[in-house]
Amino acid sequence: MALATFKGGVHPPDKKELAKNEPIKEAKSPQRVLIPLSQHLGAPCKSIVSIGQEVKKGEMIGEAGGFVSAPVHSSVSGKVIAIGDFPNAMGKMVTSIVIENDGKEEWTNIKDNPDYIKLSPEELKEKIKAAGIVGMGGAAFPTLVKLSPPKEKPIDTVIINGAECEPYLTADYRLMIEKPKEIIEGLKILMKVLNVNKGFVGIEDNKPDAVQKMKEAAKNEPNIEVLALEVKYPQGAEKMLIRAVTGREVPPRGLPMDVSVVVQNVGTALAVYEAARYGKPLIERVVTVTGEGINRPANLMVKVGTLVSDLIEQCGGLKNTAGKVISGGPMMGFALSSLDTPVTKGTSGILALPEEGIAHAEDFGPCIRCGRCIDICAMGLMPSMLSILSERGFYEDAKEYNLFDCFECGSCAFVCPSKRPIVQLIRLAKSLVKP
Amino acid sequence: MADTKKEHELIVTVSPHIKDEETTSRIMWSVNLSLLPAVLMGAYFFGPKAVFTMALSIISAVLSEYIYQKALNKKVAINDGSAFLTGLLLGMNLPASVPFYIPIIGSAVAIVITKQLFGGLGFNVFNPALIGRAFLLISFPKLMTIWTQPDAAFVYLDAKTTATPLGILKEEGISKLIEIFGDKMNLYVELLKGHRAGSIGETSAIALLIGAAFLLYKRYITWHIPVSFLGTATLIAYIFGGKSAETGKMILFAGDPVLHLISGGLILGAFFMATDYVTCPSVKKGQILFGIGCGFLTMLIRIKGGFPEGVMFAILIMNCFAPLIDRGFKSRVFGAVKIKESKK
Ligand code: SF4
Ligand code: SF4
Repeated sequence: MALATFKGGVHPPDKKELAKNEPIKEAKSPQRVLIPLSQHLGAPCKSIVSIGQEVKKGEMIGEAGGFVSAPVHSSVSGKVIAIGDFPNAMGKMVTSIVIENDGKEEWTNIKDNPDYIKLSPEELKEKIKAAGIVGMGGAAFPTLVKLSPPKEKPIDTVIINGAECEPYLTADYRLMIEKPKEIIEGLKILMKVLNVNKGFVGIEDNKPDAVQKMKEAAKNEPNIEVLALEVKYPQGAEKMLIRAVTGREVPPRGLPMDVSVVVQNVGTALAVYEAARYGKPLIERVVTVTGEGINRPANLMVKVGTLVSDLIEQCGGLKNTAGKVISGGPMMGFALSSLDTPVTKGTSGILALPEEGIAHAEDFGPCIRCGRCIDICAMGLMPSMLSILSERGFYEDAKEYNLFDCFECGSCAFVCPSKRPIVQLIRLAKSLVKP
Repeated sequence: MADTKKEHELIVTVSPHIKDEETTSRIMWSVNLSLLPAVLMGAYFFGPKAVFTMALSIISAVLSEYIYQKALNKKVAINDGSAFLTGLLLGMNLPASVPFYIPIIGSAVAIVITKQLFGGLGFNVFNPALIGRAFLLISFPKLMTIWTQPDAAFVYLDAKTTATPLGILKEEGISKLIEIFGDKMNLYVELLKGHRAGSIGETSAIALLIGAAFLLYKRYITWHIPVSFLGTATLIAYIFGGKSAETGKMILFAGDPVLHLISGGLILGAFFMATDYVTCPSVKKGQILFGIGCGFLTMLIRIKGGFPEGVMFAILIMNCFAPLIDRGFKSRVFGAVKIKESKK
């Protein structure tokens, strides 16, 4: 049987073997954590602590700043020592809270409630809200918002995204291998909250053992189906995943809810489960520290607010050949200018690439109109035209080529034989014109 | 931590952070390589003179590019293989007998006027090698249509001249061709090998097809243009290519498409010239239309026009339409059609 998929896409070398077989290990608790008040899409949080205040692990330190927002919690127990602006992974300054770790790991009240599944949808939603859960695949969209669709957009399907199509990253893979039951429970909770009876888990076929584990975990769940998907980037992009799993196409600039679907990442499903059962807020996540430039690749359970430099040190430091450190995957991640950047709820990986082979920005040629980018753009755009128009300053004209439908997956720049910085040019155009 | 990397040395660029290993120059040099079998066959049949002509054409093309880029203080990009390719293709499209200044002028026109004055690689509207050839054909019509006998190999001075198979087909009909080559089978075999008069690199269908197979296998070209181009030409050749031996009038559904495919520049044109990335449409559906147009115009010229061969002008004319075709076939944005359907 042909595997479910979408049209277009590319096949970057997957490099998952570097970290794939490293079981998830608890990362060393850092001396201090730097917790940004804006780790998600939407309104930043408001700090509710003051300098000098003692906080416990799991205590809320920033409250949601609006509907599209999510509270943040302390990931350690200790004392607030500073509140100020610090750069995040994108290099933007965001207000953050610095907490000195007292090493006691004292929790706020956390109770096991094995009967969580009997809670009402409203109660479950309340727990998810209080736990500050956001999409953990990268975009960090507040989960509560996805779980509160307007009345005119009924939801009939929940999909758990286990594609992990970014090369190198293995965090979701490890979770599926090590905690398949919990992920399925998370999915069941999501289905209950949304009152739907169709749940899917979509996994790229290069992880057959994960497919197997998840299938086993879901074997007594008639409403849940685990699907193997064709290995192809960007299989894990929401729209492509929905297309592959359900055959539905989200309209241009629409949302998954327009086709009655909610997508959540594997890590998010786990966080939902832990929130519903234990009331545990989202204060830690699995981060893959990997790449040819790192001495000992690993999958670590990391406290939100841990600095990248701490993680790299734990993994044996950077090799001399390392030239670039990325937060996220190689296709859509951000190159870090400073290693003193904190891990946030959306950080799926820290990737150190060797200097050799990094395409330097100036080294690009003219578009030879080979058409490769057009053939592979999963959104059906003409990246070549977009890049040429932006290069010449015709930003308005780029809109005629559907500039704003590009979700910056990077496939076009990956295949371009002229090494054109297509995504950079598209971003430039986007920033200079209105949709 | 002595051997760790200093933070200030970190490279910061926009995603994606990995790139495919394919490069423009690798593609261009591969296309050059794929032409090698045809070049060898050309050298074998037409002798040292042919090698000399092709070499001059390449040298002139690369040198023109170098001088132009140097003079205008641009980045010199002769290593990308594209000027080499233009020179090679032009050389392959010349009769072996042309005097030395012909390839030199042709390549200079191709590179400077057709390519660089339009903005360099990627911005030219027309296939440079074909413009170079068209320019030569118009400026030196006599020299450009003296075809040496392919037996002239290694007989440098004493080359006999003859007409090309297409010329004979046009003027005297298929029966004359069969008469020259013995029987029909022999005619086909000789044509496939390339043992016939014509441009240096166009004659050996077999050698060209080997190169084309390589390009298709490496996905440097796709089937869209060659198949639609050759398919259209085949169809038209079959329907309108037949002629009554006595009256010379057209007989429908009596043409010999194989003869048309392998006796002129169709193979070279369809696989190596019409597929030039820069001057063909980039959208696949548009490429099919482009190929059909090329095939139609080629046969129109061959059957009705004043020249025996029409490939060159057909491709050049279709080059003009490539940008328009691309605009017309702008791909469907993901999810777009479904909207319309649901609104209905
Ligand atoms: S144009 Fe945008 S959506 Fe299309 S391949 Fe490029 S980055 Fe991805
Ligand atoms: S892949 Fe690069 S060179 Fe090819 S058409 Fe796209 S932008 Fe142009």
